[in-house]
Amino acid sequence: MPVSPDQVRHIAKLARIAMSDEEIERLVPELNNILGWVEQLSEVNTDGVEPLATVIDQKLRLREDAVTVGNIRDDVLANAPDAQHGFFAVPKVIE
Amino acid sequence: MSELTDFTIAELGDGIRSGEFSAREVAEAYNAAVAEARTLNAYTVETPEDALAAAEAADSGKSTGSLAGIPLGIKDLFATRGVDSTAGSRILKGFKPPYDSTVTANLRKAGAGMLGKLNMDEFAMGSSNETSAYGPVISPWRRAGSNVGLTPGGSSGGSAAAVAASIAPGATGTDTGGSIRQPAAFAGICGIKPTYGRCSRWGIVAFASSLDQAGPMARTVRDCAILLEAMAGFDPKDSTSLDLPVPRWEANLSSDLKGKRVGIPKEYRIDGVPAEINALWDQGIGWLKDAGATPVEISLPHTKYALPTYYIIAPAEASSNLARYDGVRYGLREEGVKTLDDMYAATRAAGFGAEVKRRIMIGTYVLSAGFYDAYFTKAQRVRALIKQDFRNAFESCDVILTPTAPSAAFGIGETTDPLAMYLNDVFAVPASLAGLPAMSVPGGLDGQGLPLGLHLIGNELDEQMVLNAGLAIEERAEFIARPEKWW
Repeated sequence: MPVSPDQVRHIAKLARIAMSDEEIERLVPELNNILGWVEQLSEVNTDGVEPLATVIDQKLRLREDAVTVGNIRDDVLANAPDAQHGFFAVPKVIE
Repeated sequence: MSELTDFTIAELGDGIRSGEFSAREVAEAYNAAVAEARTLNAYTVETPEDALAAAEAADSGKSTGSLAGIPLGIKDLFATRGVDSTAGSRILKGFKPPYDSTVTANLRKAGAGMLGKLNMDEFAMGSSNETSAYGPVISPWRRAGSNVGLTPGGSSGGSAAAVAASIAPGATGTDTGGSIRQPAAFAGICGIKPTYGRCSRWGIVAFASSLDQAGPMARTVRDCAILLEAMAGFDPKDSTSLDLPVPRWEANLSSDLKGKRVGIPKEYRIDGVPAEINALWDQGIGWLKDAGATPVEISLPHTKYALPTYYIIAPAEASSNLARYDGVRYGLREEGVKTLDDMYAATRAAGFGAEVKRRIMIGTYVLSAGFYDAYFTKAQRVRALIKQDFRNAFESCDVILTPTAPSAAFGIGETTDPLAMYLNDVFAVPASLAGLPAMSVPGGLDGQGLPLGLHLIGNELDEQMVLNAGLAIEERAEFIARPEKWW
C-alpha cells in the first residue's frame, strides 16, 4: 500500500511535525521503501496467533491509590520553556 | 606498573580495597583521559567533580558498595539529577532532570561515580551514532593503514567508544534492537542486554517501551556481571520490572560448559555476510566445544521476519512515546508562531532530526485508522511466532551462538540508505523481540584490523548461561587488541 504525498502530509499533521512540501516529497519514496519492505510480513500465516504485547509473562501489579510524591511544583516547572505564576504557559488557545 | 586506565573494574575494585592505589588516583587518571580524548566526541557532558566525589567517599570509607570509587560513563538516555540528559536530541537540549533514573541511582548506591554523559544516536534510533544532535562519535579504532573515521556503532556508540578508548572502565548502555551489542562488537568490548524487566526503565528516556532494556558495557565478561548486578533489581516505579531477586552473576561465573548444548541457528547463515564473520562463528563453535559444550543445529524459522516486525513495533511505540515532546513542559520551544498547534508542530520540526522524524512518521502511519490491524497487530502476531521459535529452540539447547553483526565497523557517512542501516541489527533484533538476555563478546579482528563480535542468546532469566558462555569464549579468544592511541 504505497503512500501518496497527501497521505504523508496527513501523517505529518497527525504527528504534529511541521513539514515543507520539499520534505514531504523527499519522505514519500523513503517511507514507501520502508513500507514496501515490511509488507513481507503479509506472507506469514498468523491465523489463530494472539498478538504479543507482553514479552515476559508477568502479572500487572496494583498499588495503593496514595500520593507517593507531591509538593514538588517548582521541580516540575524547573525545565519548562515558559513557567508563569506556578503554571506552564502556552500561546493563547482561545481568542 | 601499567596505567590505572588499563585495569578492569574488578582489578580497580581490588586495588582500591587493598589500598594499592586510591580511588582518587583512579578518578584523576580517568578525568585526565576523558579530557584528552575530546576528539572522539564520546562525551556530551563531562562531570569530573562527580567522579572525584565518589572517589572521596570510597577513600574515606563512607561508601563500601561493590562499585565503591569506580567512575563510569553514563549514556545520555539516563536521567541524571542536575546534569543534562538529552537523549542526544536537540529537543531536550538543556534538560536537567530533578531526579536520577533507577539504574543510575542503583549504581550510585553501589558507590560508583560518573565521568560524564555519553553520546548516542538521537533517542537511541540509529546504528552508527550519526543521528546524534551532538554530531557523530568517532571510533578509537581505525582500519590498518588508514585514518578514515569509523563509527563506533549505535545507538550506545559513545559508551562503546569510551570503553574501547579507556576513557571509562565501564558504561551504561541501552538496547532496544541491538544498541548495546552491535556497538560492543564494533568496538571490541563486551556488552549484555539482560532479560526484559531485569533493569528498571524508570528514568530512561523511552524509545520503544516493550523492547527497551538497560545493560552494561565493559572490557570483560566479569566486569559486565559486576555492573549488571548493581544495575538490575525490582523497581515498583516500572510496571514491567521483574519482581525477582538479582542473581549473584559474578560469584557464579564459570566457563566450564560440560553438558551444555549450544544452539546454532541455521537461519543465521545469510547471504552477503563476509566470510571472515562466518569463519569466526565456526571458531566460536570450536571454542565452546573446547569448553565442554555440544553444538546442536537449531531452527528459528521466523528469523527473516524479525527486522520488518521490529520496524513496525519500535516506530509505533516511539511515535506514541515521543508525543510528549510538545514544547510545553520541558526542552525546546519554537517561538514566533501564533497558535498552540503551530507551536507543537514547529517545535517538533526544529527539535527532531531526520531519522527520528522518519520513525515517528512510520509509527504514526502504522497506528493510524485503517492500517492498525494490517501493520501493528500483524507485527505483534509475528512477534508471538518469533517468541515461540525461541521457546521451541530452548527445548533442545541451553544457549545460542551467532555473529553479533553482519559487518565490522563502517566509515562515518558510508551508509546513507535507512534500510541498509537497519540491516546492521539483523542478528540482534530477534532476541530483543523475544525479551531474551543476549551478549556480545569480542572474538577477533578482521583482515583490516577491526574487531568482530560473537553473540550469545540465553533463555528467559538465564543471564548466567550467557555470561558463562561469554567467559568461555573470552578465555579462548584471548582478545587483547586495543586501538592504537591517535587522539
